Amino acid sequence: MSKPKVGFYWCASCGGCEEAVIDLAEDILPVVEAVDIVFWPVAMDFKRADVEALSDGELAATFINGSVRSSEQYEMVGLLRAKSQLIVAFGSCAHLGGIPGLANMFDRKEMFEEIYLRLPSMNNDKRVMPAEEITVPEGKLTLPASWDTVKTLDQVIEVDYYLPGCPPPVDLIKEAVNAILSGELPPKGSVLAPDVALCEECPRRDSKPEELALKEFKRPHEIEIDPEKCLLAQGLLCLGPVTRKGCGASCVSVNMPCTGCMGPTGRVMDYGAKALSAIASSVDSKDEHEISAILDRIVDPVGTFYRYSLPASLLHRCYQQTASEDEGKEQ
Amino acid sequence: MSDNEASKEPFEPKIVAFFCNWCTYTAADLAGTARMVYAPNIRVVRIMCSGRLDPQFVLAAFRDGADGVLIGGCHPGDCHYQEGNYYALRRFTLLKKLLKSMGIEEARLRLEWIAASEGDKVQKVMNEMTKAVRELGPLRLEPRAYDLIQAQSTMETEATALAQEVHHE
Amino acid sequence: MSRKITIDPITRLEGHGKIDIFLNDEGGVDRAYFQVPELRGFERFAQGRPAEDMPQITSRICGVCPTAHHMAASKTLDDLYKVEPPSAAKKVRELVYDMFTMEDHALHFFYLAGPDFVVGPKAPKAERNILGVLGKVGLEVGKQVIGMRRQLRELMTLASGKAIHPAFGLPGGISKPIAKEDQQKFIDVAKHAVEFGQFSLKLFNDIVLQNQEYVDYITSEMYTHKTYYMGLVDENNKINFYDGLLRVVKPDGEEFLKFPGNEYLAHVAEHVEPWSYVRFSYLKDVGWEGFKDGPESGVFAVAPLARLNAADGMATPLAQEAYEQFFDTLGGKPVHYTLATSWARLIELLYAAERMQELANDPEIVSPEVHTIPKEVPVEGIGVVEAPRGTLFHHYKTDERGLITQANLIVATQNNAARIALSVDKAAKGLISNGKVDDGILNMVEMAFRAYDPCHGCASHALPGQMPLVVRVYDPDYKLTQEIRRN
Repeated sequence: MSKPKVGFYWCASCGGCEEAVIDLAEDILPVVEAVDIVFWPVAMDFKRADVEALSDGELAATFINGSVRSSEQYEMVGLLRAKSQLIVAFGSCAHLGGIPGLANMFDRKEMFEEIYLRLPSMNNDKRVMPAEEITVPEGKLTLPASWDTVKTLDQVIEVDYYLPGCPPPVDLIKEAVNAILSGELPPKGSVLAPDVALCEECPRRDSKPEELALKEFKRPHEIEIDPEKCLLAQGLLCLGPVTRKGCGASCVSVNMPCTGCMGPTGRVMDYGAKALSAIASSVDSKDEHEISAILDRIVDPVGTFYRYSLPASLLHRCYQQTASEDEGKEQ
Repeated sequence: MSDNEASKEPFEPKIVAFFCNWCTYTAADLAGTARMVYAPNIRVVRIMCSGRLDPQFVLAAFRDGADGVLIGGCHPGDCHYQEGNYYALRRFTLLKKLLKSMGIEEARLRLEWIAASEGDKVQKVMNEMTKAVRELGPLRLEPRAYDLIQAQSTMETEATALAQEVHHE
Repeated sequence: MSRKITIDPITRLEGHGKIDIFLNDEGGVDRAYFQVPELRGFERFAQGRPAEDMPQITSRICGVCPTAHHMAASKTLDDLYKVEPPSAAKKVRELVYDMFTMEDHALHFFYLAGPDFVVGPKAPKAERNILGVLGKVGLEVGKQVIGMRRQLRELMTLASGKAIHPAFGLPGGISKPIAKEDQQKFIDVAKHAVEFGQFSLKLFNDIVLQNQEYVDYITSEMYTHKTYYMGLVDENNKINFYDGLLRVVKPDGEEFLKFPGNEYLAHVAEHVEPWSYVRFSYLKDVGWEGFKDGPESGVFAVAPLARLNAADGMATPLAQEAYEQFFDTLGGKPVHYTLATSWARLIELLYAAERMQELANDPEIVSPEVHTIPKEVPVEGIGVVEAPRGTLFHHYKTDERGLITQANLIVATQNNAARIALSVDKAAKGLISNGKVDDGILNMVEMAFRAYDPCHGCASHALPGQMPLVVRVYDPDYKLTQEIRRN
């Protein structure tokens, strides 16, 4: 009886999800005993041609991390979908778009100009830009086309399961792998993590007031952070109440507010909108102007509420550039 | 994005309104029964309290084709559930700031306090908002936000046609 | 008419890449191109973000070296707010940083580049990986490696919140001190770490240096380039990963430059090619002369080999011994053998372990004073660290609220990008003749980049875009005959 074949692939990713798998440490040994890893570019030398040579459905499961924002990534995930029985969207980027999803605030041309023309160390008087097809003296070279918009994995292929987190906590990875190997999986489309908010497992839970009433929001470097008290109650923008648990409150354990990498609980369509709603609801004021002044202390609503989930959001991307003070450019 | 599409008909905005049951919805009924004339562009959704308004509703409305969203609730102090409208005000204020960063024009989202007896205010607000959104033009979030794969392939073909020639030393 | 061979994707590195090799009619190599095909746009979408979010945002440039970005960003924030962290905060940062450097270097040697040496560069594809390494060295040794990394990463998690994407960096220090009752854990692991450092060097000696075939590869001309070398050094010109001055030496080893990180713009500039999304750094003082090495070309190198060349020694005794043995064996300073980087990397691993031990035993490491609240209005800040893969620059400008208006990030792999391109090209030319190409040979071409431990997540942080804006047509004399602009 041959071992089930498994693949790992990364799109617009940082490699942290790969590292998370390696962080299984000794526990990875029984896994690699039980499966045959046939594609994993970070650690193994199998190439694209090896994947193309597989028959459809030959892979029992493929774990794909990273968001999709280039033609090459789009082709690869399509290829892997055809060759795999199960596709697991692994990590925030595949699940929701991830931090690189913030690139949806801009388009290609904008970035193009910033990075290749405006940065202070750039020496590019000839305005050379990378291109998709380049003729060099020896022949032709190609680069993948880059898209204006970052997409989540399920916006381009059908996804069977999601493992949330940036990166997914090691314990959740272990449970997910065991579930796949044993075949005891929840219904397709499920997120493989508990469907409860972070506050439930937060060690500071008892100091969270019944009703949060905040007169002021604070930024972490502005105050002496109390190491025992609920961070939201201290005025820090902790998104624990709207974020799925499963990480053991790792950021909170070093006095830093939760930034929402595990994404929303099950019944939420748009993480950022829900997070914004929860935070706004905690403002202690009934006066229009005072409310606005208090909320002005949230200096970057998009980055705060949609840090990991802009591509997955209902708006999906920035509609158009405004000449707002937030996007000031150095000339 | 202010120009009309190729279609020959003048643009008529679609506005979704979330009206609280006790005040604004009642006022809208009053405007109707009094046969007040107001723009027909508003589609009303009745919620029990403006505090029920989840910002997700607003975004979903925009995403599903609304060009504007109007929220109506009781005047501060008059909420049937005591404080619900204050929650609406707080959420609305932050949502507005977010939408500004996202480039969605301010006039597309509006919050008004309208008491049960203020049918004339309903008329006024509906007309004003319809006019303002008509001037802005369609939002058309859907095609703009979701790059079609075909559109990207077209861009790739164009890029190939414009291939750069560089000689190296 | 040339035949093109593509290695796609390149493997056993962080990130995406491909190598295109053009063969000439004789079956030799005309040129090999090393391409970074991915891009994400951090410098653009950082704009509008609060600066204090940058340690956690920039760490997502790379999940293998997130701590490097986190630390560079934290130092940049200190400079931005002109705030001095308490001494204990700097020590804890450096402690976490040394643990990170250790485990990252171990990851590279055992999981990424190591298989080429331990299992063999031409071993069957399916064996050239960590599992093959475990098969060769045995499970006991394998478990030591896995266990050491796990212990280090558990401590990194304890101190910084998460090993992958730490959370504790703030302008003015860190968010949480190390608890007194946890100090012994650090001391115990540090002791084990020093032993592990020595064990790794011995393994390298037994498996690589005792194997004449490998030594021949390391010292072969096709894996050699003579460039400038850059690294951070302390006041004694010894390597320090967390802080110091930048020192650059010439290909002959003589000191060429020494400057503080915040003067980087005077010395480091970037060049663009249309065939890769990565930008190529070079020394402004020398200039961009194309893809060449030697003293007339501004191409320089960073990372372990460069650091050992640029410094006068290691600040800790066992590593110093290893440093001296390295140069004695390879014929003196500077060493230009690219593959020797793997050896240099293990020497740095040992230094990181010894330094970790010094800091873990320092009573100040558990001080509760770890944050100075900034008082100044933020304007501009620059922070430089030595990432495991080389010198890393972060540079932010903000408005008076501390929101980023411009971010410039020059990452280690960009600093090596030109030399990597040279290495891949030269290795391909040295390895391929008469059109003979097989999996083993192609893997040896890949070894040319793998030695640098490139981080293409880092290299691809920028987003240049898809559409060429300008088309230039050159005549055979390289005169521009036509220029077509679009947009």
